[in-house]
Amino acid sequence: MNKEIDLFIVGAGPAGMNAAVEARRHGLTVMLADDQPAPGGQIWRAVEQAADGPLGRILGDEYRQGAQTVSDFRACGADYLPLSQVWQIEEGWHVYLTTDEQARIVKAKNVLLATGAQERPAPFPGWTLPGVMTVGAAQILLKTSGQVPEEPVWVAGSGPLVLIYIKQLLEAGGRVAGWLNTAPERNWQRGIAHLPGALASWRDLKKGYGWMQAIRKAGVPIHEQITDLRAHGEGRLTELSFRSGGKEHRVPADVLLIHEGVVPSIHMSRSLYCEMTWLSGQQCFAPKVNEWGMSSQDGIYIAGDGAGIAGAKAAGLRGRIAGLAVSMRAGRISGEAAQQRAADWRSELQRELSLRPLLEAMYPPRESVKRPSDETIVCRCEELTAGDIRKAAKLGRPGPNQIKAYTRAGMGPCQGRQCGYTIANILAEEQQRPVSEVGFYRIRPPLKPLTLGELASLDDKEQAK
Amino acid sequence: MTQQNYDVAVIGGGLHGLCSALHLARAGKRVLVLERHWTGRHASGATAAGVRTLNRDRRELDLSLLSMELWPQLYDIVGDDCGFHAGGQICVAEDETAMERLRSRVEALQRDGYTHEELIDQDELRRWLPKISPHCVGASLARDNGAADPHRALSAFRRSVLKAGATLREQCGVENIERRGQDWLLHTNQGQWTVPMIVNAAGAWSARIAAMVGDHIPLGTKSSMMMVSERTEHFIKPVVSILGRSLSFKQSDQGTLVIGGGLQGVPDLDKETSTARMRVLAKGARAACDLFPEVQDLRIVRVWAGLEAATKDLLPIIGPSPNAPGVYHAFGFSGHGFQLVPIVGLVIKELIVDGGTDKPIDELGASRLMNEPEVEKVTPQ
Amino acid sequence: MFRPLLDSGAETLTIYIDGEAVQARPGETVAAVMLRQSSPITRTTPVHGAPRAPYCMMGVCFECLATVDGIGSTQTCMVPVREGMKIERQHGKRSVA
Repeated sequence: MNKEIDLFIVGAGPAGMNAAVEARRHGLTVMLADDQPAPGGQIWRAVEQAADGPLGRILGDEYRQGAQTVSDFRACGADYLPLSQVWQIEEGWHVYLTTDEQARIVKAKNVLLATGAQERPAPFPGWTLPGVMTVGAAQILLKTSGQVPEEPVWVAGSGPLVLIYIKQLLEAGGRVAGWLNTAPERNWQRGIAHLPGALASWRDLKKGYGWMQAIRKAGVPIHEQITDLRAHGEGRLTELSFRSGGKEHRVPADVLLIHEGVVPSIHMSRSLYCEMTWLSGQQCFAPKVNEWGMSSQDGIYIAGDGAGIAGAKAAGLRGRIAGLAVSMRAGRISGEAAQQRAADWRSELQRELSLRPLLEAMYPPRESVKRPSDETIVCRCEELTAGDIRKAAKLGRPGPNQIKAYTRAGMGPCQGRQCGYTIANILAEEQQRPVSEVGFYRIRPPLKPLTLGELASLDDKEQAK
Repeated sequence: MTQQNYDVAVIGGGLHGLCSALHLARAGKRVLVLERHWTGRHASGATAAGVRTLNRDRRELDLSLLSMELWPQLYDIVGDDCGFHAGGQICVAEDETAMERLRSRVEALQRDGYTHEELIDQDELRRWLPKISPHCVGASLARDNGAADPHRALSAFRRSVLKAGATLREQCGVENIERRGQDWLLHTNQGQWTVPMIVNAAGAWSARIAAMVGDHIPLGTKSSMMMVSERTEHFIKPVVSILGRSLSFKQSDQGTLVIGGGLQGVPDLDKETSTARMRVLAKGARAACDLFPEVQDLRIVRVWAGLEAATKDLLPIIGPSPNAPGVYHAFGFSGHGFQLVPIVGLVIKELIVDGGTDKPIDELGASRLMNEPEVEKVTPQ
Repeated sequence: MFRPLLDSGAETLTIYIDGEAVQARPGETVAAVMLRQSSPITRTTPVHGAPRAPYCMMGVCFECLATVDGIGSTQTCMVPVREGMKIERQHGKRSVA
C-alpha cells in the first residue's frame, strides 16, 4: 500500500472499534489491524459467535452488548485486517505488519494504540507447571471454545475478574474446588474511604456485591489470609499447598487459575519512547496521554486499558474521543465543535473512572508476587529464578536493562511481558528505591517474534516496487 | 567524598577502557575509570563479538594478529575465557567474481608472508558449513578466528579491573576538561578530579572528549543493526560473512543466531539511542535466507541498533594525542574493535608506563584524520 | 484438563496433533484443543526441557508454542483451527530442518 492513511488503529477491542467508527464518521481513511480472527478484543472475544446462544446468557449483558459495537464497526467502512500482527512502528509513521506470512509497511499520519491490558505477572513456586493458568485464560476458553475445567478448579487471586469468572463458571455447570482469596484482610475497609467517589457507579458496585453473594451462596469454599502458595507436580500440576489463617493445606489440583489484577499493555507505547507515568493506585506504568488521548509522541494516540485500567465502557469512550481528536487534527471538525461533541462522553468517562480508586484499594496485588522466593522462576522464557536476579543485582546498582544484559532475563520470546514487573520489583527491594524509579525494560523491535522469511518477504516486496 | 589522587583517568567503561585500566592498574598506576552509565552500556554491550583477523585492513592487520595471540590466553588475563571459541571465520563468495576478489587478497597476503587467511573451494566450504546454499562457490577462511560472549567478557574485565585496585565510577559523565598546570582537571556530575594522564576510550563520544583537550578529530557515528533468533540446535560453528552483501552470521553458545553485518539504523548521540530500521534489516534477513535457506522459519526475537564511532577510513585511533600532553586516545574502532581489545589495553599501558610501544600503531595516529574537513556523520556501506 | 460445555451439534473438523486425529470446532484456537487432550503440553523449554502448556490464552506468555503446519514457535492460542491442520509439539530448541 503506497497511499498514506489518516489513522491506523492497532486492536479491535472496545477502544479500537469505537475510534474507527468515530473517525469514519468524519470521513477519515482508517485501517485497523488485530491479531484475532474476529473483532471484540479480550472482553468481547468471539462475541459474534457466542452472543445469541446459551453461552451468551452465561457471559451476561455486558458481553452481549459488544455485538452491537462489532456490528457498527464492521459497517463503518474502515479497512479491517484480522489475523494481522503489527510488529514495528517507526517514525513517519510507518506501521509494519504481517498477514498470512506476508509482511508489509503501511504509512499513516496518525496511529492509535488500542492493545488493551494483560494480567499482572504473579509468580510463585511452581507457577510454570502445566495446569496453572490465568483466570483471564479460563474466561477466554469459555468464550471462544465453550470449555471449562474438567475437574473442580482452584482459583487463587482477587478482583472483579475473579468474581465474574467464578459466577460464570458455576452458572455454566462447572465446579470450583476452592477460592484462595488473596485480597487483604477486611479489604472492604480499605475501600470505604473511596466509596463516596464511587457512588456514581453504584450499578457496578451492586453487581459486584451480587457476584460475591452468589459465590457464597453456591457454597464455594473460600480461604483467606493466604501465604506460601505453591504448585506441585511432575510435569504437570497435581497438588497445591498454601497456608490460610495459620493452617497448612495440601490439596489435589488439576487446574489452578490465578489473578492479581490487570496492567496496561505498554509494549508498543514503550517501543515508541512514549513518556510513561507510574500509577500508584494500579501499581503499574502507563503512557502519559492528554485529554484527547495523544501521547508524548506527536500523532501517536493511546486509548482503552492500554492507557490505564478502566474497563470496557471507559475504553469505548476513550476510543471515541481519540477518533474525534484525529478528525479534529485532520481539519474535519472544528475544535469548538469537537469539545461540544466530546462533552457528554467526558462526563460518562468520569463516572466510569470514579469506581477505580475503590477497586484499586480493595484489590491490590498480593505482596508476595512482588517478592518471590529465591527458588521461584521469574523469567519463564529463559527459566531464571528470583535468586538468579538477586545475585546479578549485587553488581553495581543495575537497572532492568543491565539485569537483562547480565542474566538474559527479558531476552526470550515474551520480550519481558511476563517478567518485566517482577524484575523491577526485585530491584526496587534490593536497592531500596521505588519501582517508578527503577523503571522497565527498553522495548525493541520486533514487537512480537517474526520469522526470517517473513522479514525477508518485506525486502522482496520493497524490491518489487 | 574523598578525593583520592589518581595517576590516570580512563574515560569510558567499555571494553577498551576496561582493558587499558586493567593493565595500568596491574602496572602499579592509580586508575580511575569514569563511565557515564554502566560498563558496556553502548558498543561493548551491543557487539556481535566476532574475533576476527580475516579481511582486516592492512594498516591494522599486524596489530590484529598480535591481539589474536592473546585471545586463547584470556583465562590467564581475566580469569574467564569469555566464551571464546576458535570456530573459524569464513567469508563466502557467491559467484566467481567474488571468488576472484578473495583470491587476489589471499595471494597478495601470502606473498607478503601472511598465512592467517586461506582459500577454500566449494567442497571444503560445504564441509565447514553443511547447511550453506549450493550456489556459493567458495570462501576465504581464517581458522584461528571465531567469536566470544560479549557479556561474559564485560563481566570478566570489570571484575578484574576492580580486583586490580582501580576505582570505577559509574553514572559519572565527564562534562568538561581544563588544563591545570601539568595536569588535567576533569569536571563530572559526581565531582572533580585532577590527573596528569587521561585515556580517551569514550566510544562514539570520543571526539567530544578529544575536543575538550584541544584535539579536533572528525568522527562519525555508526548504528549497526543486529537481530537475534530464538534458541536453535547447533548447526554452525564458524562466523560467516558474505563478500558484497551486508551479512555476518553466527550462532551463540545458547544456540541463538546472531545476525548482523553493518546494515545501519539511525543514531542519536545526544539522546544516546539508536533506532532500528526494519525495512533496511529486511535485506539482512533476505541475505541470511539466501545463504542458509533452512533458517527461514526461525524466529527473530530481538533487534537492536548499536551506537559506535566510525572514522572516515574505518580504522581506529590509537596513540598519544598530537596536541594534549598526557592524553592517549583509543577509539574509532568503526564496528570491529572487539577483537582488538586485548592488545589495545597493552599498547595504552606501554605508552603510559614505558613512554612508548613497539606494537604496530604507526598508521593509526589521530593526526592522519585531523587535516581533513569535519564530518558530522559517516554512513559506511 | 478442560472439557467442552455444550454439545453444540455444530460441525466439527479434524486436526492432527503429533499425528493423532482429534476433533475441533470452527472458531476455536489450536491451544484450546490441546488443553482437551490427555496431555495438555504444547512444548518443552529450550533451556531445561521443562514441559509447558498454555498459560494466558491471549498471546502474551509464549508458553503455547508449537509447530503448526511446519512453522515452529507458533503461538497456538492465536491460531484458529482449520481442517487438516497439522500440529507438532515442540521439544527443546528449534532445529534447522
